Amino acid sequence: MKLISCTRGERLKRTTMAAEHNNNALHNGTGLHSDLARKFNKDEDRVDWHDETLWWIRQKRDKITHGIPNWEALREAGSQIKHHTLSNLNEYLVQFEEQCQKNGVTVHWAADAQEHNEIVLSILKKHSVDKIVKSKSMLTEECHLNDYLQHNGVEVVDTDLGERIVQLAGEPPSHIVLPCIHWKKEEIGELFHQFMGTPKGNADPQFLTHAARLNLREKFLTRKIAMTGVNFAVAETGEMVVCTNEGNADMGAHLADVHIACMGMEKLIAKREHLGVFLRLLTRSATGQPITTYSSHFKKPREGQEMHVVIVDNGRSVQLGRESFRNSLKCIRCGACMNTCPVYRRSGGHSYHNAIAGPIGSILAPNLDMKKYADLPFASTLCGSCSNVCPVKIDIHDQLYKWRQEIVKNGYSPKTKTIAMKAMAFTLSSPTRYQIAGKAGRFVLKNMPFAVNNKFNPWYNEREMPAVPKESFTEWYKKNKGGK
Amino acid sequence: MKVGLFIPCYVDQFYPNVAIATLQLLEKHGCEVVFPLKQTCCGQPMANSGYEHLTGGCNENFIDNFDVPVDYIVCPSGSCLLHVKEHLHAETRHEAAKAIRGKLYELTEFLVDVLHVKNLKASFPHKVGVHQSCHGQRGLKISSMTELVAPYFSKPESLLNLVEGIELIELDRKDECCGFGGTFCVAEEAVSAKMGKDRIKDHLKHEAEFITGADMSCLMHLQGILKRQGSKVEVKHIAEILNAG
Repeated sequence: MKLISCTRGERLKRTTMAAEHNNNALHNGTGLHSDLARKFNKDEDRVDWHDETLWWIRQKRDKITHGIPNWEALREAGSQIKHHTLSNLNEYLVQFEEQCQKNGVTVHWAADAQEHNEIVLSILKKHSVDKIVKSKSMLTEECHLNDYLQHNGVEVVDTDLGERIVQLAGEPPSHIVLPCIHWKKEEIGELFHQFMGTPKGNADPQFLTHAARLNLREKFLTRKIAMTGVNFAVAETGEMVVCTNEGNADMGAHLADVHIACMGMEKLIAKREHLGVFLRLLTRSATGQPITTYSSHFKKPREGQEMHVVIVDNGRSVQLGRESFRNSLKCIRCGACMNTCPVYRRSGGHSYHNAIAGPIGSILAPNLDMKKYADLPFASTLCGSCSNVCPVKIDIHDQLYKWRQEIVKNGYSPKTKTIAMKAMAFTLSSPTRYQIAGKAGRFVLKNMPFAVNNKFNPWYNEREMPAVPKESFTEWYKKNKGGK
Repeated sequence: MKVGLFIPCYVDQFYPNVAIATLQLLEKHGCEVVFPLKQTCCGQPMANSGYEHLTGGCNENFIDNFDVPVDYIVCPSGSCLLHVKEHLHAETRHEAAKAIRGKLYELTEFLVDVLHVKNLKASFPHKVGVHQSCHGQRGLKISSMTELVAPYFSKPESLLNLVEGIELIELDRKDECCGFGGTFCVAEEAVSAKMGKDRIKDHLKHEAEFITGADMSCLMHLQGILKRQGSKVEVKHIAEILNAG
């Protein structure tokens, strides 16, 4: 499921965030989004750079989509096809399995991340392999496969350039399509100097890309097992479509004796012709490209090769059962919602402390662990831009609102917030209490501004409080319009 | 035509001039305006924080105030209006709630779609930047959105263009969120303030003297930052400009 925004050189040019940030709390999964976002915002120039980089991609997306008059109809078609497939997922999964088996592909079913990881390891053990290459797969990030395999003595080399960079740095990706979008080219130069022995101070994107290419080539040639993700799995043919810009999935799969493809069970589409919709939607939404450089169809193992597909649930059937949230499974992982999100652009992908960041991550993560990810649906202004760019029309911002209600109902909201909200509701449900509180509030702000304008008031940190008028509108109206 | 005026709580308490301008504007265009005096809050701050179940009292109070013989209910805030439009309900007063939801209009959409305002006796000889508030724009669709492949329109801008002497500036990012977001502005203070500063930078770059919009909450947030920066640029609610002069 690897797919990058631009040419490799461009991509290197447009990465952000300092190497010295590598080992801070931004990526180790601790802390709330708001705290991690505050840390990210300590370097304002860097935030500007990150924001502008992603905004540039959003603009590329706008430019290319506005060139297609039926773009909105295409989104609707994509949404409806996914709707149909998800509504009949049980049948299509069985059909897909049958087709795969006919094609000579071994099908594995994994109920959760643990089972997925165990299946992969068992295949490696069967072949006595302890070194593999892997092209980009957000599912394996979700399952923390790399950690699991490394713990079991297997060396995994990520072959997508961006993934390789974050892997060398010991970080998770900060974006599902642009894993190292938070890295600057100079920092990548330094990283490559450390790990690949490139000359110190050389930050030329073309040079660094070439160095990575040579380094990876050796891995491709010597590894016997290659893993890939799956962008689309076609039920009627049993083929798996993997979209990349670097061709690394193809090189891995074609050179290896064993190809293991891993997919979330929502990756299914019913028919091959549906690709005509999704391949048009995917990269236009993701990066503003008309199509991925490589859209590779894997169907049958070549003579002597072994092919496996691991179909993973990991919470997806639970999400499918949640009426308010099932549409989130339509996601084709384009990352458009991240690129457009004004919060994501200014808080960085690691502030979401989840494999999938941004608005889509914020509606997927609470399904996996509502307590751990209780902060994410609140990391949004509900501006709605995410829903507008989504190529399969997921009602992302409405789902963020609905998750907030679920999280509070399930008791995962801080107690202090609940007390404050109850007090607020008590005051605002009575006109008399509201008017007294309003008057008191204005009195305090006017006569004792220090009670409000202090470090305990987060508003005051970078903003002044509003000036206090001499009377409320209600008071003015009573006086001037004789209201009773 | 009888119009019930729905004034958000923070406008009532902190921006009475916006409410007065709205009232006068509607009266100038021939509306008979009533202001139900026992209004409080629409309940949005609780609901957006995940506590919609605590908004029953606000809903009941809203219905108490607006279950009155008016043709329309008009509000100078897209955000509060959208909340009521999408969430107003009451266990025992379904019909009243439904009738109210059907009468709700944001001020600029009311002026354009119902009153068909083509002329304004207003003058505001300044360079003005328009902030598109998200809930009015993407929620109520009072203007087109840059993400969608659809023809351009803007109800607020079509009204501002009727004002004498006004010069509307172009922005680099035409409809990026300002970062207010209700309780988001304190819960995610760092990102909220940064988003506000970035919006202001865009307006300043294009030499705005005033920033206007159809939602005072966004403008309150931007005003707070402008004041802290010691900027001479001011915010003005669109009703104040349409009612100026």
